[in-house]
Amino acid sequence: MTRLAVVFAAVFRRIGRETIDRVWRLGYASRFFLALLCRSGAVCARHRLLFREVWFSGVLSLIIILVSGLFVGLVLGLQGYEILQRYGSAQALGTMVALSLLRELGPVVAALLFASRAGSAITAEIGLMKTTEQLKAMDMMAVDPVARVVAPRFWGGVISMPLLAALFSAMGIFGGWLIGVVLIGVDDGAFWSSMQASVDFRHDVWNGLVKSFIFGAAVSLIAVFEGYDAEPTAEGVSHAITRTVVTSALAILALDFVLTSFMFRGVS
Amino acid sequence: MSGDSFVRVEEVSFSYGDRPVLREINLSIPRGRVVAIMGGSGCGKTTLLRLIAGQLRPSSGRIKVAGEEVGKMRQNELYALRKRMGMLFQFGALFTDLSVFDNVAFPLREHTDLSEALIRDLVLMKLQAVGLRGAWNLTPNALSGGMARRVALARAVALDPALIMYDEPFTGLDPISLGVIGQLIRRLNDALGATSIMVTHDVQESLLMVDYIYFISEGSVVAEGTPEEIRVSRDPFVEQFVCAKADGPVSYHFPAPDMAIDFGMAAL
Amino acid sequence: MNRSAMDLWVGIFVAASMVALLFLALKVSSFSGIRAEDTYRIAARFDNIGALKIKAPVRSAGVLVGRVASIRFNDETYEAEVEIRVDNRYRFPKDTFASIYTAGLLGDQYVGLEPGGDEQYLADGDQIVKTQSAVVLEKLIGQFLFSKAAESQADSASPPR
Repeated sequence: MTRLAVVFAAVFRRIGRETIDRVWRLGYASRFFLALLCRSGAVCARHRLLFREVWFSGVLSLIIILVSGLFVGLVLGLQGYEILQRYGSAQALGTMVALSLLRELGPVVAALLFASRAGSAITAEIGLMKTTEQLKAMDMMAVDPVARVVAPRFWGGVISMPLLAALFSAMGIFGGWLIGVVLIGVDDGAFWSSMQASVDFRHDVWNGLVKSFIFGAAVSLIAVFEGYDAEPTAEGVSHAITRTVVTSALAILALDFVLTSFMFRGVS
Repeated sequence: MSGDSFVRVEEVSFSYGDRPVLREINLSIPRGRVVAIMGGSGCGKTTLLRLIAGQLRPSSGRIKVAGEEVGKMRQNELYALRKRMGMLFQFGALFTDLSVFDNVAFPLREHTDLSEALIRDLVLMKLQAVGLRGAWNLTPNALSGGMARRVALARAVALDPALIMYDEPFTGLDPISLGVIGQLIRRLNDALGATSIMVTHDVQESLLMVDYIYFISEGSVVAEGTPEEIRVSRDPFVEQFVCAKADGPVSYHFPAPDMAIDFGMAAL
Repeated sequence: MNRSAMDLWVGIFVAASMVALLFLALKVSSFSGIRAEDTYRIAARFDNIGALKIKAPVRSAGVLVGRVASIRFNDETYEAEVEIRVDNRYRFPKDTFASIYTAGLLGDQYVGLEPGGDEQYLADGDQIVKTQSAVVLEKLIGQFLFSKAAESQADSASPPR
């Protein structure tokens, strides 16, 4: 009996400690975010730095985004046709593919891929710079590492993410068209016109872009924070990379729920 | 050592959390000299350098560099001071994403408005001083440990600093590179009219090239003197250090309970 | 890393994204939102609007001519007050008939406008007098069953042969 009590006490103590630790980190991350925003001025003045980061997180993620987008579109085309033709409305295939990509799959899947490709790379890069004392050296040379290293990477990610999501959706719709029109033989005109009739630019395309912008900010913030906060050892950096991917995925899905319920509620 | 001191450390204490590292330490570094701070691993030598650079703040006491108190400076004042400081990190801390040339050019590009042609000449001059002008287009990964250290030295003196600090400049070098670095430190100090502080545990190499030596143990200065005084010193700590004896005032054993208790013989 | 090569790649990336966005804007979606400045308001009262929602389409002869702007319940007349925004390009006679229809068997509900023959046209703030409520399926079924029951009652009332 007392043994059980001891175990329970230990479990509760552990939960309490973990919770306090999380809240502590959250506070630190918020302060870090504020400092990052305050010191972002240099990014505008030094657009070459920003350019390099758009290249690093955008261009290097291009292949995986395009290929995944195409495959997601192909699958949507197959599954969508299979379901829709049961109700005799195969012409609505275009609508279904476009709406699911623009509203949900485009922003969410592109952000998940972005987190595992670019986010982990950003964490690794900053974590390695910390481990090899490059950040300290920079600070010693009177150059603020947050302004010089962290801020450009954050804004590079924020800029790249909506562009990647747009490419992902476009590629997916192309994939759906390949399956639906080219392979199965749904009428080409009906495919596009039904799509165009029920997809609203402001409501669907624009909201999707807003979503991906917010996801991009969340993933980039998590990536730079985990890198900056990583323990300066090889093991610490690898833990930080794992945390980036896991936390990003959770943040994306949770944010998606919140944003969706704001954007698409009650309006058909 | 009185008179014209460039760096003064007065009654400085510092602790990481509740672990005290420095205890009311007093040092004085005269202008134009090369001073070594010696002691075993983990005795707070590197902490002392970071305190002088203002990357850490002392728990109590005062640190004055060129007459100004470092511990009370704000961020922009610190950065203004650090533009007049150079620091060589233990393993160089070169920026791995920049070439050798860009590494040395980094402080010049960040803090001056010099033309690219002038920066090029300055960088090649600094590289020439460390004998690596031919290596300007290599990446840091292509350099050996000694070469990386020399490039980092060229970067540290790029802005012709008044104070140069070296964190373990001899660690992990072969005897030839070790001699090269030692001579470079002396030559650069005299050529630039700078003041140098060197943290090291390499006694023999240091005795050849420094003007004054402080020995630190357990957070306070235990011995000091010119190389001649040190060589003939009868101080047990200095003797142990200079002659590399395993046991002495610095205990071979980590503090532990009585052996009899650990081996269970107390009960017998 | 060659700097000019990097610039080229970023350029390709941005250009491709712009093409994708244009594709999404022009080929995939449409700007169905008629701007509020280019519309005039018409009110209509219905006994029952069914499942009509804000932003539901307003069609005449099957063509989209406007959208439902607001729906209110009037607690004096116990009717639904629907405000419609109609595109400035289209004019409708004063005696236009407004009905609520369902697109397909299970589709969304929309407002249909059938023009009458009046010489005068509806202006901003006018009210449509002639309206027809939504068809409520349960009511319809109820009526059908009731009439069937009445029929069979009439049958059973007649003397057996």
